[in-house]
Amino acid sequence: MSKISTYGKKYEPKSGVSRWFDERLPLPRLMHNSVNAFPTPRNLNYWYTFGGVLTFCLITQIITGVVLSMHYTANSELAFGSVEHIMRNVNYGWLIRYIHAVGASMFFLAVYVHIFRGLYYGSYKAPRELLWILGVVIYLLMTATAFMGYVLPWGQMSFWGATVITNLFSAIPVVGGTITEWLWGGFAVDNSTLNRFFSLHYLLPFMIFGVVILHIWSLHVTGNNNPIGISVKDEQDTIPFSPYYTVKDAFALVCFLILFAWFVFYNPNILGHSDNYIEANPLSTPAHIVPEWYLLPFYAILRAIPSKIGGVIFMFSAIAILFLLPWLDTSKIRSATFRPLYRQFFWIFLANCLVLGYLGSQNPEGGYLIASRICTAYYFIHFLVVFPLLGIIETPKPLPESITKSVLEKIKTKEIEENK
Amino acid sequence: MCKSINLSKTRQLILSLLGIFFLITSSSTFSIAAGEGVSKVKEQDWTFSGVFGYYDRAALQRGFQVYKEVCSSCHSMKYVYYRNLSEPGGPGFSEDEAKAIAAEFTVIDGPDASGDMFERNAVPSDKFVSPYDNEAMARMSNGGGLPPDLSLIAKARSTERGFPMWIVDLFTGYQEQGVDYVYALLNGYKDMPSDFPLQDGMNYNKYYPGNQIAMYNPLSVDIVEYADGTEATVENMSKDVATFLMWSAEPKLEARKKMGFKVIIFLSLLAGLLYFSKKKIWARLDH
Repeated sequence: MSKISTYGKKYEPKSGVSRWFDERLPLPRLMHNSVNAFPTPRNLNYWYTFGGVLTFCLITQIITGVVLSMHYTANSELAFGSVEHIMRNVNYGWLIRYIHAVGASMFFLAVYVHIFRGLYYGSYKAPRELLWILGVVIYLLMTATAFMGYVLPWGQMSFWGATVITNLFSAIPVVGGTITEWLWGGFAVDNSTLNRFFSLHYLLPFMIFGVVILHIWSLHVTGNNNPIGISVKDEQDTIPFSPYYTVKDAFALVCFLILFAWFVFYNPNILGHSDNYIEANPLSTPAHIVPEWYLLPFYAILRAIPSKIGGVIFMFSAIAILFLLPWLDTSKIRSATFRPLYRQFFWIFLANCLVLGYLGSQNPEGGYLIASRICTAYYFIHFLVVFPLLGIIETPKPLPESITKSVLEKIKTKEIEENK
Repeated sequence: MCKSINLSKTRQLILSLLGIFFLITSSSTFSIAAGEGVSKVKEQDWTFSGVFGYYDRAALQRGFQVYKEVCSSCHSMKYVYYRNLSEPGGPGFSEDEAKAIAAEFTVIDGPDASGDMFERNAVPSDKFVSPYDNEAMARMSNGGGLPPDLSLIAKARSTERGFPMWIVDLFTGYQEQGVDYVYALLNGYKDMPSDFPLQDGMNYNKYYPGNQIAMYNPLSVDIVEYADGTEATVENMSKDVATFLMWSAEPKLEARKKMGFKVIIFLSLLAGLLYFSKKKIWARLDH
């Protein structure tokens, strides 16, 4: 590792002021060494640009959220009207709110790409176990933040979603009822629930920000994984982060922003539910209570299990199992590129998650229920059976000697093909 | 050689999985459509749909007339102000016209210096006056039912699009499912099967979930008289009022779509510049 960190032009203070600063608080040195000169594998593809996209999403959510909270009222009598006030009377309020609402979906879209990229290239394996675990912590915090944010407009889906999810805790034996009432701050989802959810919704993003710093710190200790999954061996294998990856990440980010803008300006409500434009009414239950699309797979797992407490356990286990993944995967090979069997199971797993998401949006009855149970079973089998087993029975393909060799070989084959 | 065979295998696998997925999703759509007696809501042709969508001012003015003369006898619109009627992107009334419309209504204001509440004419900064003083009165006048507030109705309703339309809508930006439903509902008071078990005080509607709706058929030919000579057929009136309700739900739609066009053009140009910058910078490397 020490070899890598010596690569790239190290920070050298150029003026008297920067030397003065460097001797007291070497912040410019830290920024230079970790952003500009950071040695990065030379073969990262576009799937590796989503870390930057996610940082952008987090900052956008925080900025738009802070502005929204200047106009929003966290009171069960006024919340719904205050959101409409933002949409109608606040200058560009519609823009800020749609960026924030669509932004949540875009954040999850990006995080799912980021997670599945990690799964494909084995980014969770030694020495990056903690990096992966911190990522799962961020994801958990994101789901909690998004769920509480969805409650704030105090529409029908806000209210009933909050009712369904908080009621899950009542399944805990003995103390369940007490915990649920403690969460509500009363005997049902009501004004006090809305107030604490608003407070936590404002707090959690800053906690996410803190864990993101740890996540990036950990990344800068271990260095990036890469599409062929073999470790950096010498300086040749790396290039400084700037300008190579700053420009690549910037290009990818702007492409992502085009998609983002498409939804904000032309499709802002399609990712939400129309019932959330009806003010919350505790006396009228919507025909179908569904969470936002990004939580649907977990909702499908929850409802696939015939017992309430069982459903809760399986739903939380579905995320918790990700913490164990670095030790469930027995293969020493990181990248799926050299794991012919794992590569196929990866796509099966991805399809399984998509189907679970679809099933989460449907009523759990008949064929849907059976399908949810099969897919839930496969979800866990993938982690508990497929991952440990594949490492033992699979014969990996021969690995290239180094990152540089594999890159140069690719160029050669490309040239030969072009000459033909 | 070996690699290409493997790739095609993976591809086959993905394709077959997708096939299964689509099979499940498409069969489910049929079961929804066939399972209940509710007719499928048809897509209408709206000026405000699509990338260059805008509101037809004349339709908005006519739609406001229908709301004022028909719907507003039961339905409130508590998030809309009279001033909105003369704001950009709306029905295009002049400020004086909006002032005159507001003045037709009375609101209770106060207390005044002596502590009394008093009545006055509404002004543009007032919200649309509700037909009932409170919810209890609204229920009492409507056989226990509460006529929903219409400010957001075009976004608060939707139609089951089914597969593959829900995916298609993501890419076409079709967001008019709610207003399609409003239009369909107003035209849906017909074709009741002779054996339909209609309950007392309810009305048959082709498009309402369960086919029994408390609202009586509000529109009939020539129930309003349009000043611009448009024929007051049920189809015309429901189209106009649906347009008006879309505007009331999404009053900033025109500004949004116009800004979106500029934003996406800008981002596309920026993406192009960044693409070539990236190519140029990476050309320094053997990669």
